[in-house]
Amino acid sequence: MEIIDEIKNKFGSKIKKFEEKNPRRIYIDILPSDIVEITKTLFVELKLRFIIATGIDRRDGFEILYHFAEDKTGKVITFRVLITDKEKPEIETISKVIKGAEWIEREMWELLGINFKGHPNLKHLLLRDDWPSCNYPLRQGQGKREE
Amino acid sequence: MNEEKKRTVIPIGPYHPLQEEAEFFKLYVEGEKVVDMDIEIGYNHRGIEKLSESLHWDQSAFLVERICGICSTSHPFAYVNAVEDLAGIEIPIRAKYIRSVIGELERIQSHMLWLGLAGHFIGYNTVWMWSWKYRELVNDIFEFITGNRMHYAMMKIGGVRRDIEKKDIPQIEKMCNDLIPAIDLFKGAVTDDPVIHARTKGVGILPKDVAIDYCVVGPTARASGIDIDIRRDDPYSAYNLVDWKVIVTKNGDVFDKVAVRILEMYESIKIIRGCLEGLKKEPEGNFDLNVKEIPAGEGIGRHEAPRGEVYHYVRSDGTNRPVRHKIRAPSYVNVPSDQYAVKGYTVSDAALVLAAVDPCYCCTERVAVIDKEKNKKIMNGFDLIKLSQEKTAKIKNGPKIL
Repeated sequence: MEIIDEIKNKFGSKIKKFEEKNPRRIYIDILPSDIVEITKTLFVELKLRFIIATGIDRRDGFEILYHFAEDKTGKVITFRVLITDKEKPEIETISKVIKGAEWIEREMWELLGINFKGHPNLKHLLLRDDWPSCNYPLRQGQGKREE
Repeated sequence: MNEEKKRTVIPIGPYHPLQEEAEFFKLYVEGEKVVDMDIEIGYNHRGIEKLSESLHWDQSAFLVERICGICSTSHPFAYVNAVEDLAGIEIPIRAKYIRSVIGELERIQSHMLWLGLAGHFIGYNTVWMWSWKYRELVNDIFEFITGNRMHYAMMKIGGVRRDIEKKDIPQIEKMCNDLIPAIDLFKGAVTDDPVIHARTKGVGILPKDVAIDYCVVGPTARASGIDIDIRRDDPYSAYNLVDWKVIVTKNGDVFDKVAVRILEMYESIKIIRGCLEGLKKEPEGNFDLNVKEIPAGEGIGRHEAPRGEVYHYVRSDGTNRPVRHKIRAPSYVNVPSDQYAVKGYTVSDAALVLAAVDPCYCCTERVAVIDKEKNKKIMNGFDLIKLSQEKTAKIKNGPKIL
């Protein structure tokens, strides 16, 4: 079965929006609370490869894109979540399912200030260990050099 | 004394004047055996993703070219793929061929550089000297085509910046043919030499299931039996227009990683020849669409760099610069797998195993072995390489008879 049909069958109402930009680039919107379950199905059952996640600071919240690849067909399937709590953004970690997601979650934690609940080793990756708290370089309006 | 306390910590890195990205490996050893490892990165974090948000679409191509000094065309390649995916641009066929020629030449020079260093680590300095000597030939081809030996600045949204003219093609073909005997030489050296076998076979094994768990890419994945290659799976540029094949082996040890890289160089030559044949048939001049405006939207671009898949994600709001530009280099997923691969092997193998995923190997030159109790340096980077080289010498000369 085509991977897209399989995803549609398995997740059903969990898919909030489905966009096929072109046959090899698919974007699917889901709720943040579903991410661990969906990741498990994608990685363990459907054998997709986790490429990376992208964190974006938007006006209405923090967006995280989880990019998965199906290498047989060259498809990149991106799952989009939006965390609307701007004060205290939080989401469950997927690194318990995918070991390769550990680093990127640490990176998003320090650069965007998103807390990954249950991450086994949430410490600084790129920034120095004594980096001031509540200073997140990749947030909009931050990271500017002080005059 | 409990087990934890008996462990000695060997810090590898983080800085060396030669390396293009700094990494810090903390090896925990018991006697000669490595039992655990910590990896720390971030010593060379330049905030490229943030910088890119402040640059024009065209300028970002030059910025991302400066991420890596060895595979400098990989990032702009993935970046232009991403922007073209965003805007739905189909580039001229001539540009496709030229891009693939540049991408493959770069793979050859990067693999040769790695091969030389791997040779140096196991005490085969002849391999090092030869490999780097023949790498110069590749740089000569680059200079001939682009005017630069590194940082070729060929990738441009909508095409390439310079053409490969028909009158130059025979010369490029001849230069590529000169590379074949060099690759034959390395292939012979690796397959025939029992000492190289002894040092690399069964060392630093990364099993397939672990490799999948760490999401590794490129030659590291292909040596562990994972059949992925972005050039074939998600065809872009001219990779689906020429004939070539993906090299996959199944053992996952250092030997297989060497073998994959050497055999890949032959495939690269094949691709280059195919592209040059294609260029001969196409009319000259049409190699750039001169794209001026990028619409709002999002795009994903991938390129199979020498070390694996480079991944770029860009988002545009219709202005002249990206609002978000995410970059994932292959080492970002390959390096954590060292944590598994290095465990259980001796310190003298560590330098080689860490180098086998082709990260920035120069880190291994700045090693210090510290006695935890006395907090005194007892070994430095040169000693570690010496240790590795001595092991080779020992294998070569056989056991000493007392």
